[in-house]
Amino acid sequence: MLDGLQEILFTLRQNKLRTVLTAFGVFWGIFMLVLLLGAGRGMQNGIYEDFGSDVLDFIIIWTGDTSVAYRGMAPGRTIRLRLADIEAVKQQVTGIRVISAERFVESGNISYERKNSNSQILGIPDEYFRIKEDVPFNLGRKTNLLDLDESRKVVLVGSAVADRLFGKGEDPVGKYVRVKDVQMKVVGIFYDKGNRGQNSERVLMPLTTMQKIYGGGDITNNIWVRPEKGVDGFELEKKVLEVLKRRHDVAPEDIRGINSFNMAMPAKNVTGLFIGINVFIWFVGLGTLTAGIVGISNIMIITVKERTKEIGIRKALGATPFKIVSTLLLESTLVTGVAGYLGLVFGVGLLELVAFGLRSTGAKLPYFLNPSVDFQAAITAIFLLVGVGILAGLMPALRAAKITPTEAMRAE
Amino acid sequence: MIKLQDVHKYYRTGDQSLHVLKGIDLHIREGELVSIMGSSGSGKSTLLNILGVLDGYDSGSYLLAGHSVNNLKETEAARLRNKLLGFVFQSFNLLPFKNAAENVALPLYYQGVGRKERNHRAEQFLDMVGLSDRKDFMPNQLSGGQKQRVAIARALVANPKVILADEPTGQLDSQSTEDIVSLLKDIHRRGNTMIIVTHEQDIADQTERQIILKDGVATSSREFPLPQAVTN
Repeated sequence: MLDGLQEILFTLRQNKLRTVLTAFGVFWGIFMLVLLLGAGRGMQNGIYEDFGSDVLDFIIIWTGDTSVAYRGMAPGRTIRLRLADIEAVKQQVTGIRVISAERFVESGNISYERKNSNSQILGIPDEYFRIKEDVPFNLGRKTNLLDLDESRKVVLVGSAVADRLFGKGEDPVGKYVRVKDVQMKVVGIFYDKGNRGQNSERVLMPLTTMQKIYGGGDITNNIWVRPEKGVDGFELEKKVLEVLKRRHDVAPEDIRGINSFNMAMPAKNVTGLFIGINVFIWFVGLGTLTAGIVGISNIMIITVKERTKEIGIRKALGATPFKIVSTLLLESTLVTGVAGYLGLVFGVGLLELVAFGLRSTGAKLPYFLNPSVDFQAAITAIFLLVGVGILAGLMPALRAAKITPTEAMRAE
Repeated sequence: MIKLQDVHKYYRTGDQSLHVLKGIDLHIREGELVSIMGSSGSGKSTLLNILGVLDGYDSGSYLLAGHSVNNLKETEAARLRNKLLGFVFQSFNLLPFKNAAENVALPLYYQGVGRKERNHRAEQFLDMVGLSDRKDFMPNQLSGGQKQRVAIARALVANPKVILADEPTGQLDSQSTEDIVSLLKDIHRRGNTMIIVTHEQDIADQTERQIILKDGVATSSREFPLPQAVTN
């Protein structure tokens, strides 16, 4: 094996320029493929960034005043969702992964020492964190079941609020703030980039605490739902709305009374777009790569022609056809492998450089963020390379195997 | 060692067929030094290719050191060549980008012999042909006679049963020719079976037996070896 490798390196060194030029074709193919994939990923990240910190399959349901007369009731009734609605939906609809209440009271003043912030105040149950599972909690903890059970006076503070009250870089966990005149302990900080960062202006407290302080019983303003894996979000949305509208005597077509938004809709469009872009990228990338392969194949054919006599001598001395074929295949695989690997390294390097540049200068390109190549694509590229190397060498190698020693040694 | 019986060979070009070997019967015993003579077109190269398992034949039988050589697969043929035969060519056929020692070691490489052992044996055989001081020389740094010595060392390195030399002195001046012929005879005296293809009578005269090919048929000139004194 080692000997074989040495034989190959030797022949490659015989034709340095030619080797380098052919290798460049494959290098360039992989390089471009990686760059394109990275750029595509950058675009994808950029667009998903616009989606905020939300999961991509949530459904949110809220209410208003009815606009359609139904069952003898005039339009204009105000509909209010209650926790009992959630229980009913849970019982009657299958395929729900998470369902959570979300209640808010009017914005109010939050203060710490002499600093104030006017923030939206939300009351949340434990399930809420499974809706907002992509929202990072940078400091402290989330509220937990004990907080809920004991209606503890604890709050989670959005990063924007925290910055305003405590100053940047200060750790507010464990400090007490006044939330609408009630002293409460800060237990954690979160950063939610939804609504262009405005969601980080919020303050969250356990739902039970909110009920104790502000009354309102089991009212909830919104209901959040996530479907189980493999369950169609649009079907689920329809079923949940059906249950709620029946319970509240809202006409099925009345979208003012009970309304909903399904994130799966825009997510689906964007995902479709990216599948299209990815197909295009692979098409172009593989095209470039194919040009590289043809180059290698061509050169190998020339090499075999040139080395006809040598191959003939080797055969006369006892080289089996397998030995000849495997040597040539190894040669082409080596060239494509090394060239392609360099292409991969340079491509990823350039992407990282761009990503680093964007990060460190803080420059924001519209719809472009964090270009990178995922592991799977890199592995695919590696396998592609080895396959390509073998493919490029196969035809010339088989041709070489057919050379008979007698005619080869006659060739000058 | 070598037994050919009624070997026929045709060359076909299109619908024309050329009958080159018309029933060759040949028996070469172990340790013999034989020359094959014949004018060009007599089928001498064809016979050599068949003897060297480089080419097939159409009918008859060929027994080489107990192995039946008939319609072999290329892989099997390569193994036989590697194990049983050593070639010396008119145009030396050294690999130009390998030095003398590497050229000599090549058959061992195809036998899967390790590098150290290979180099050791290559040097041994270079020493035997009197080129131990040239082992690192590239072929283009060697004279014709030296090249042929390297080629002879290469033919011997795998301890073959038979050495086939195809016009080994065809490209050499008279001095080198003399050297090479005496080297070949020297090797023969150590017990090697050797077949020399040549068209030079004075070289053929130095062998134990001459086989003359004419119009695709072989005739053996002398059936018993000459006394040593005469060959020397």
